[in-house]
Amino acid sequence: MTAPTVPTDSLGHAITVADSDDVLVVEAADGSRWELVCGLEVHAELATETKMFSGAPNHFGDDPNTNIDPVTLGLPGTLPVVNQQAVELAARFGCAVGATVQRSVFSRKNYFYPDMPKNFQISQYDQPIVVDGRLELPSGHVVGIERAHLEEDTGKSTHVGGAGRIKGAEYSLVDYNRAGVPLLEIVSRPHVRSAEQARQYVAELRSILVACGISDGKMEEGSMRVDANISVRREGSDELRTRCEIKNVNSLRSLVRAIEYEARRQADLHASGGTVTQETRHWDESDGRTHTMRSKEEADDYRYFPEPDLVPVDLGAERVAEIAAALPVLPSARRHRLADVTGEPATAEAVVVTVERGQDDQALAAIDQGADAGRVLVHVVQNLAVDGGAELAPERLAELVKLETAGDLTATQAKQVLAELVADPAATAAGVAKAKGFEAMDTGALESIVDGVIAANPAEWEQFCAGDDKARKKLSGFFTGQIMKASKGQADGRAVAQLLAQKSAG
Amino acid sequence: MTAPSTAIELAAAIRSGERSAADVVEAHLAAIEASEPSIHAFNTVTADQARAAAADVDRAIAAGEPVGPLAGVPVAVKDNLCTDGVATTCSSRILEGWVPPYDATVVQRLAAAGAVTVGKTNLDEFAMGSSTENSAFGPTRNPVDLSRVPGGSSGGSAAAVAAGFAPLSLGSDTGGSIRQPAAFCGVVGVKPTYGLVSRYGLIAFASSLDQVGPFATTVADAALLLEVIAGHDPADATSLPKPAPAISEHLDDGVAGLRVGVISELMGEGIDPAIAAQVRAAAEALAAAGAEVTEVSVPAVTFGLSAYYLIAPAEASSNLARFDGVRYGLRVDAPTTNEMMVATRTQGFGPEVKRRIMLGTYALSAGYYDAFYGQAQKVRTLIARDFAAAYQDVDVLLSPTTPTTAFALGAIEDPLTMYLNDTCTIPTNLAGDAAMSVPFGTDAAGLPVGVQVLAPALGEEPMFRAAAVVEAAAPARSTGKDA
Repeated sequence: MTAPTVPTDSLGHAITVADSDDVLVVEAADGSRWELVCGLEVHAELATETKMFSGAPNHFGDDPNTNIDPVTLGLPGTLPVVNQQAVELAARFGCAVGATVQRSVFSRKNYFYPDMPKNFQISQYDQPIVVDGRLELPSGHVVGIERAHLEEDTGKSTHVGGAGRIKGAEYSLVDYNRAGVPLLEIVSRPHVRSAEQARQYVAELRSILVACGISDGKMEEGSMRVDANISVRREGSDELRTRCEIKNVNSLRSLVRAIEYEARRQADLHASGGTVTQETRHWDESDGRTHTMRSKEEADDYRYFPEPDLVPVDLGAERVAEIAAALPVLPSARRHRLADVTGEPATAEAVVVTVERGQDDQALAAIDQGADAGRVLVHVVQNLAVDGGAELAPERLAELVKLETAGDLTATQAKQVLAELVADPAATAAGVAKAKGFEAMDTGALESIVDGVIAANPAEWEQFCAGDDKARKKLSGFFTGQIMKASKGQADGRAVAQLLAQKSAG
Repeated sequence: MTAPSTAIELAAAIRSGERSAADVVEAHLAAIEASEPSIHAFNTVTADQARAAAADVDRAIAAGEPVGPLAGVPVAVKDNLCTDGVATTCSSRILEGWVPPYDATVVQRLAAAGAVTVGKTNLDEFAMGSSTENSAFGPTRNPVDLSRVPGGSSGGSAAAVAAGFAPLSLGSDTGGSIRQPAAFCGVVGVKPTYGLVSRYGLIAFASSLDQVGPFATTVADAALLLEVIAGHDPADATSLPKPAPAISEHLDDGVAGLRVGVISELMGEGIDPAIAAQVRAAAEALAAAGAEVTEVSVPAVTFGLSAYYLIAPAEASSNLARFDGVRYGLRVDAPTTNEMMVATRTQGFGPEVKRRIMLGTYALSAGYYDAFYGQAQKVRTLIARDFAAAYQDVDVLLSPTTPTTAFALGAIEDPLTMYLNDTCTIPTNLAGDAAMSVPFGTDAAGLPVGVQVLAPALGEEPMFRAAAVVEAAAPARSTGKDA
């Protein structure tokens, strides 16, 4: 038996994952053990037509400074007007995570930065629109959501010269297309206990945001951004130690690496008698480390106060109830639905992946048409993760699976036929099978091949018939391989196994 | 100068064809040319645009097209209201050379009503001041007495109307910036209910207090201009979802049975006795016209000044953060972005603006917020409650507009003494209510006195009725422009 791969962090240090309840525990140099406490802040750009406080278009990827207007630029005299669509989307999110959607108030967060046109950001501070929700991860772990609030995004600076950083740059260019884009900042409680949970939390959040049409959830385009608040404590204790906020985490993979690195850094620091300073740290993908951005001492005093240009936002209980009633079926409910139909546990990878990719309706419809649930899931997960795979009509998938379970196609053949079905919308499973010459081998023909292979390998056959389970299993692979070879891949694996069993018993 | 005419008279003459809009605008441009050098009411005179607008009006009238209620009437606009294609400076170096790409909502409404804008008027920088001496482009002088200030911050707009440069003008009032200069210059000035007039395009000083309003030589003209600019604007979230109120049609309905209260707290200490005497005379005139006049107490008005000087600077510190040299206006180059911002703001803002930015930044700072900004908001609530209690018993209130009449240029150097000018006007802004100043006689030196008529939110109609009666009873000014 091979030793299990030791999980390592971004610098190759071993990571111990405690057996109980998925808590990340790192062992410091002195042997002391430290467990992770993590909360996540996710900024999701809302899928609105226009910006948070103006009629300028909210659209990614256009030429610089084309999606702007006097309000976006914060020109003197301009005033913000709340985008009602953004409010409704935020409320939709609140309903989706079982939170309270309440009367909310916008405030100003004051600090100077060239990509922020007014030198203050309109955000919600002490009265956010969404409070007290919960998110159930595919693993069943529940992460509390403390709040979600609406705010406006900033513009984007490009520093020219000086290695692309503001320090040392010759000059900077600012694109205000993103300025004023509506953001929903979703703040979790510190209930995330491992990097895997963090990954699942963000993935689950993204599924919900996409399923509800709240955001397109594209981390690579920056429409979903994650900051992680990380601290560690002695294993088993319930203290809360000084935390650091990790920014610039641009993918799920970075998130996992950053959390594992930062937990170790803090554990080593604590263990060696050092002090973790409350600060914002920047994740550097290239060296796999976090670096100090700014410490709390230099942190701005944002001088929050209620935004006097806006009035409080209150959708009213009736409207919130309407929004809740109009929600689509959410990922966790969809996992349970698929699990019920397929007989798999809701936490099974095939179920989780199918729902995450939004292909559960496709799978369910194929199953509904009489296709074998197990095979449908296998094909959706393994063979329909390609371009156009999600669009394959369920009836065509069902037809294929039926041919396969009827023994007319082997698993290998089915996979090839499926690829053709995705590529050619006019093709039928039976037609492709025929064109490729995938005809079911009749039992007689198969039996004579099996007999031939047995005759050619008498010693192995004797071992197979007499051997223990382990030996049989090993030799079963050998015989199947030989038979497949002899049949040029046309033999059905299950029929072969059946024949081998029959003959060895007889 | 041609005999001064009211806006209503001019509009009627132009509509009937008795006078052309071109003739009217030329007469006013001539008046500006003659007296502007000694008064300095304007930062920019838009003679060419005014002539073109007047020509449009004349063409429309000749063609028999319908024209607006202010067709051909010259109007001056405070230089903190954005005008598309015309420099808007807030009388600050930091905005020098900036030309807005859009019109403020009130400016659009003026144009839609056919009004002819003759220029942008001087103000205390960013509307912070009570004398128009804080303008980066030099002070405005009071047309009544050129050695005196016109008040502020809308001193240019008040002076423009008092000097006959335009029968109407727009100002903005955050703590008295329309009413105080109206009183000093002997004209009518109105601070409408908060939310009645759109703030879109008004360069903000203190967003929760700012309100645009009219100056005029008569109460009726002020009513007409207010009707033109008032009414809901979807571009201003604090704009009330109401149509413009009908004021003019009730202006002559009189005050029989109207309950009028004189605010006792604003009639004693700190108020020039000559002004208090005129307020009492105005109250008697209202009583004589059938109003029930009493003296009422609004105790919290005495806290107005201290609450105001925390709330207004706090909002200003944030509103003025955008002037950083990055996108528009002045930029003072420096090696880094931060140094550029600091250099630009150091050079671009005058001392009073810097003082208020620092005050406001401090009042909002962590650890001080509750003691200063938070406490000031509580006082604000208290003032609104005391006014609301008073309005249970009366329909309108009466007080002086200012504690003194116009003072000499340079006479007040201490900022705190200057702030006292707004003692009587600030409480209305904090409450979000309406108030206006009506000229009523003079002090012993012959300087105009303003009587303030106050009303609850959206109480403009009875407020104007009372103002009309006060105006009709006003004694003739003993000295004036001829002096």
